[in-house]
Amino acid sequence: MTYLLGIDVGSTTVKTAVLAAATKEIVYTSYERHFSRVKECVLSALEKVGQAFPNAKFRVSITGSAGLGLAEKSGIAFVQEVQAAFIAIKGFYPDADVAVELGGEDAKIIFLTGGTEQRMNGSCAGGTGAFIDQMATLLDISVGEMDKLALTAEKVYPIASRCGVFAKSDIQPLINQGAAKADIAASIFRAVVEQTVSGLAQGRKIKGKVLFLGGPLHFLKALRAAFTSTLNLDEEHAIFPENAPVFIATGAALANTDETETGLEAVIKKIRDSKASDEVVRGKPLFENRSQYEEFVARHKRSDLEFADIRTYQGDAYLGIDSGSTTTKLMLITSDCRVLYSHYQSNNGQPLDIVVEKLREMYSLMPKTGLIIRGAAVTGYGEDMLRAALKMDFGIVETVAHFKAAVHFNPLVDFIIDIGGQDIKCFKVKNGAIDSIMLNEACSSGCGSFIQTFAKAMDMDVESFARLGLFAKKPVELGSRCTVFMNSAVKQAQKEGASVEDISAGLSSSIVKNAVYKVIRAKTPEELGKHIVAQGGTFINDAVLRSFEMETGRQVVRPAIAGLMGAFGAALYAKETQAQDAVSTLLSAQDLEKFSYKSRATNCKGCTSNCNINILTFEDGGRFISGNKCERGAGQKPQDGKWNIYEYKYERLLSCVEQKEEGRYEANEQRGVVGLPFQLVMFEQLPFWTAFFKTLRFEVKVSERSSRGLYFKGQHTVASDTVCYPAKLMHGHIESLLNDGVDFIFYPCESYNVDEKSSTNHYNCPIVAYYAELLKANNERLTEENFLSPYVDLNERKTAVRNLYHSLQGYGVTKKEISLGLRAGFTALQKYQADVRAKGKEILSSAREAGKQTIVLVGRPYHADPEINHGIGKLISSLGLAVISEDSIADEAPIVEVNVLNQWTYHARLYRAAEYACRQKDVHLVQLVSFGCGIDALTTDEIRTIMESNGKLYTQIKIDEINNLGVVKIRLRSLVAAINQ
Amino acid sequence: MKKQPIEIVSYKEEAPVFTKEMKKTYTVLAPNMLPYHFDILAKLIEKEGYNVEILKTEDRSIIDEGLKHVHNDTCYPALCVVGQFIDALKSGKYDVDKVALVITQSGGGCRASNYVPLLRKALKSEFPQIPVLSFNFSGLEKGNGLEVSLFTLLRMAYAIFYADAIMSLYNQTKPYAKNPAQADQVRDESIAYVQKVVCKRGYRNYKKVVKKLVEDFNAIPRVKTEKVKVGIVGEIYVKYSPLANSGLEKFLYAEDCEPVVPALMDFVMYCIVNTINDSKLYDKNKKSAFIYKLVYKILLRVQRGIIRLFEEGGFEPPHDFEYLRACADRVIHQGVKMGEGWLIPAEMLALYESGTENIVCAQPFGCLPNHIVGKGAARAIKDLYEDVNIVPIDYDPSATKVNQENRLKLMLATAREKLKDKKEPSEILQEVAFD
Repeated sequence: MTYLLGIDVGSTTVKTAVLAAATKEIVYTSYERHFSRVKECVLSALEKVGQAFPNAKFRVSITGSAGLGLAEKSGIAFVQEVQAAFIAIKGFYPDADVAVELGGEDAKIIFLTGGTEQRMNGSCAGGTGAFIDQMATLLDISVGEMDKLALTAEKVYPIASRCGVFAKSDIQPLINQGAAKADIAASIFRAVVEQTVSGLAQGRKIKGKVLFLGGPLHFLKALRAAFTSTLNLDEEHAIFPENAPVFIATGAALANTDETETGLEAVIKKIRDSKASDEVVRGKPLFENRSQYEEFVARHKRSDLEFADIRTYQGDAYLGIDSGSTTTKLMLITSDCRVLYSHYQSNNGQPLDIVVEKLREMYSLMPKTGLIIRGAAVTGYGEDMLRAALKMDFGIVETVAHFKAAVHFNPLVDFIIDIGGQDIKCFKVKNGAIDSIMLNEACSSGCGSFIQTFAKAMDMDVESFARLGLFAKKPVELGSRCTVFMNSAVKQAQKEGASVEDISAGLSSSIVKNAVYKVIRAKTPEELGKHIVAQGGTFINDAVLRSFEMETGRQVVRPAIAGLMGAFGAALYAKETQAQDAVSTLLSAQDLEKFSYKSRATNCKGCTSNCNINILTFEDGGRFISGNKCERGAGQKPQDGKWNIYEYKYERLLSCVEQKEEGRYEANEQRGVVGLPFQLVMFEQLPFWTAFFKTLRFEVKVSERSSRGLYFKGQHTVASDTVCYPAKLMHGHIESLLNDGVDFIFYPCESYNVDEKSSTNHYNCPIVAYYAELLKANNERLTEENFLSPYVDLNERKTAVRNLYHSLQGYGVTKKEISLGLRAGFTALQKYQADVRAKGKEILSSAREAGKQTIVLVGRPYHADPEINHGIGKLISSLGLAVISEDSIADEAPIVEVNVLNQWTYHARLYRAAEYACRQKDVHLVQLVSFGCGIDALTTDEIRTIMESNGKLYTQIKIDEINNLGVVKIRLRSLVAAINQ
Repeated sequence: MKKQPIEIVSYKEEAPVFTKEMKKTYTVLAPNMLPYHFDILAKLIEKEGYNVEILKTEDRSIIDEGLKHVHNDTCYPALCVVGQFIDALKSGKYDVDKVALVITQSGGGCRASNYVPLLRKALKSEFPQIPVLSFNFSGLEKGNGLEVSLFTLLRMAYAIFYADAIMSLYNQTKPYAKNPAQADQVRDESIAYVQKVVCKRGYRNYKKVVKKLVEDFNAIPRVKTEKVKVGIVGEIYVKYSPLANSGLEKFLYAEDCEPVVPALMDFVMYCIVNTINDSKLYDKNKKSAFIYKLVYKILLRVQRGIIRLFEEGGFEPPHDFEYLRACADRVIHQGVKMGEGWLIPAEMLALYESGTENIVCAQPFGCLPNHIVGKGAARAIKDLYEDVNIVPIDYDPSATKVNQENRLKLMLATAREKLKDKKEPSEILQEVAFD
């Protein structure tokens, strides 16, 4: 008998399907994880097929992302996976309208009816099986457990779904704040659905009979539920095929075009004999031989701390806790810096539980009397919570803690690199103080937890996985960008037959390259300094350490307690800061025995934002609130916006619309209602266009205030998932106006911004300039009538009048009126700008009176939107600083010439604001950059140059749709600590 | 009006200047954006007295050098170009004290106009002595520009027309040639022929030149069969450069497709038209617009002549630029002029209407103008023609070939289905008939 055999080799699994050639009936299937051993796994799967069908003849075809290389090298027919899916769908479910397939690393949608169309996730997309795996690792549960938990969830938190790294930075604070795992699990699945619906469907509605394919959708009930409820599908319209995991393999078998029939032995032989090609770039081995390795180990052994026995020690002791993003570290030291007790552990979700448990253990080891804990300090993400819960004496910024610890090991240290689970922190040290700080951006975090996730995918623990790489002969080059990219680089390497050893070594070197070239952005090793201290949990890994030394050509100090440096630094800080005879306020052994807490998730009712907050109530009645964006959430009185110009700007912009100008014309003279979307260029020009239209006797309506909810409303029309968040929000503003019954929406195309005479040209960025075109093309509700987007150059009154006249023809306006409108517009714009400048001066002078330092928070005008800046201005003012903006002081500084072309109006303001900050002792600069802003790649480098050549610190904050301020807070507090040094 | 601040602070660093004497003794390295075109253009620059060498390297080390020297968020073309230069300088092949670099510069509102400063920055730490020349028409980098005479510019325009012709003829011949090596041979001979022609007096006799090219390619024996045609549009460097697009044309040949690559002259005319449009929309450069209009008319006349010659030879001709502008008007406004602007949607539409229904839109990851004119405009084209098969592909130092090829193969799978449908409507369904 003859059979059709389809082999589907995906990024994580191998699937086979055997069909009877005559009847097309499925007679055999298999499904296995390959743990990167692709070839071996395929061979074993085939051998099993051979056992099930001895002496049968097969017509074989291969499909799947990792199957391509295998097919090419073994000469077996390859079927593109979507084509395979197509054919299987036509065979089994001819009436399906849409198919959604989630695989290990790909997500696809196939629209079958109404214009066949296929979509595949972009190269930067999360929302796949690998994403779910990664998230489960983060929660320290299996994917199956996560699924079960999610079904019991009570609430869903917003989680960024575009990219695993972003999602992580949303989830980590939830974990650290003690949110219920069940809720987090459900939120993760919801994020996957959102990613599929918005990222893949991009405007096209998923409706009709929907077929769900792929492993994750087959095995995860909660994910299924999330899809059906979001898409509003009933049982009849949501189809989950029985054979979903092997569906594509079945399709491949059906698609078979190769007429040759062979015995299975021949196929196995072909695959076994296929050679790995040399297409993968290979690096140097980490160690030439064993003795070189031993020399390396011996050298690093020298940097160690001494230990003292906690059971017998008598005297003073200091406790340091580092509650990091993925790990918790504790250390108790003596007054001469010997280690009494230390602990390093993955968070497993609940840092507070770990700390309490370990403190109890520590107390139980301590002698009854004679060991006195004088001081206790905490650092890291969990700082506030642990201080509140355990009554620790001090909270310090991570960077300061790490610096203190590094100095202990090498007083001459001039460069510290710390690679942790999720952060990379680097500081240059000059004159015994932190001189500049470099932290990884959310998107380039090729950090420790990646190795962890990958090790787990290989069914190994991190240590053994990393050790494999030490003696790899030909490490693969995996690129140095974000972890999602590394995943596909690994996929490529596997395709080319790289061994696990080579991949392990390659991962270690990727992490290092990412740190050196992307975070530090060093061009030569000299830039790093002479005395480097390498620390952080990831450096415990010898392969990473060795890669670092090889890449930089430097021998570095890696303390044996590399993973505990934060805790050690905190302990040192407590020792230095606490008065000698003081006793720590830390909960005593007895208090700790009684300690318990309750965690409750709820919504803050302080304002209309209704932030998700989490309340921990402690046994003694104390409370800790997290997740809040402002003081209201924490039950405190809201700060007045006195110190923060960003709040002022936002309200000032809106006030010009709200101003009633009754009596200027009779109601029946009104020409119509115009809607202005309050985003992008309107954050500067709202006063202009409001005055313009009011002069022309239009009623002006502005879109509702930005919020995540508003973003979701317009998400289905977003065309490009890597465009900046302000642009994405624009889609929501358009929906808001469409629902608000305006006659038309007005958003001009302005290649040129207003010429402020401080740059060689005065462009807008392409997004600000032409977003109207994208909106028109992608929102089917917009028409030539209800959406007007004339091309206007405001610097040229004559042409502006002409183009606006042409655009507004339908409303019977005259050129004269338009000219008057423009004049009124300019008056309003200048008034607004003058007000902002006056407010800036006012804030600065009151700050000086109050002895406060001031931050000039520079960015683009739309960064004043609280949904875009996530309240960073507020956060800065809550740290005791005043906040002014670039446009409030730019014209106080001279014109700045830079190395790059200075031809954008907004850029020129940034450069001048930087120059201004350099000339004031008490003004410092923080730059806000939207993720995906390509032209800010230019400004950030230039501003850094301006700041550093004047001996000032440069701090950059990347913002996106994520609303996690934890990382930002650390960055800002590091800055404050550095300013105060 | 605001008061004018008088003070100016400069953070500009002194860049090495390319002096007249250097012209004789220095080798000027240029990146390789379009293999055929740049080889021909180089001859003309040599004629101006420069020693030019087009870099043809494609090693992985180029990307590594690029990663080291260019900001993560800067676009991929900058990374490739800078990486290729640094890689060449480190190769030991050149006397680094006798080398200068040249790149083009647009001066538009997208970050791509900053390649010259980015390159200088990258050179600073290791090769501070090397001058960088800018080749532009916007008056940027005065004193450090590549200077060519007006006549050479005219020759260059013809050179581009000829190179475009070779590219198009080759693409239309190679997939069908009975002996594919013959197509390669004719291509190489044609390039050599054009290299000579553009330096001679008769360079403007485009009818003679193009006719010969058409005839030479027509003489290649071909198989009559229909193949999947795939159009390539996108950001200009990624669209053309094999280094940046991981050998997209080669890949398409290997997949048994016919690549359809729009002409470089389209981009030149697009730039010219933008200046004319600016004068129309904003009364900008009214005086020079007059000259631009004249130049445009001349170019259009030549282009139309070439189109006729292509048609006579039985080849699919380049798009008439007036037709491209009309295509643009149907889906976007011609005011969108940053990056490749309205040209991309115009080309997509024109490709579809001239029988190339499958289109790769190649762009650097995170390319700002392409959000609007690439991914953003695809829907507008789909609204006109439901069955257009557009796939946007992001190029990036770390995007792997597997990832890109998977997407391309997905597009090709649909394309092949359609081609099959055309041939035998019910064939596929029969294949999977269930009883």
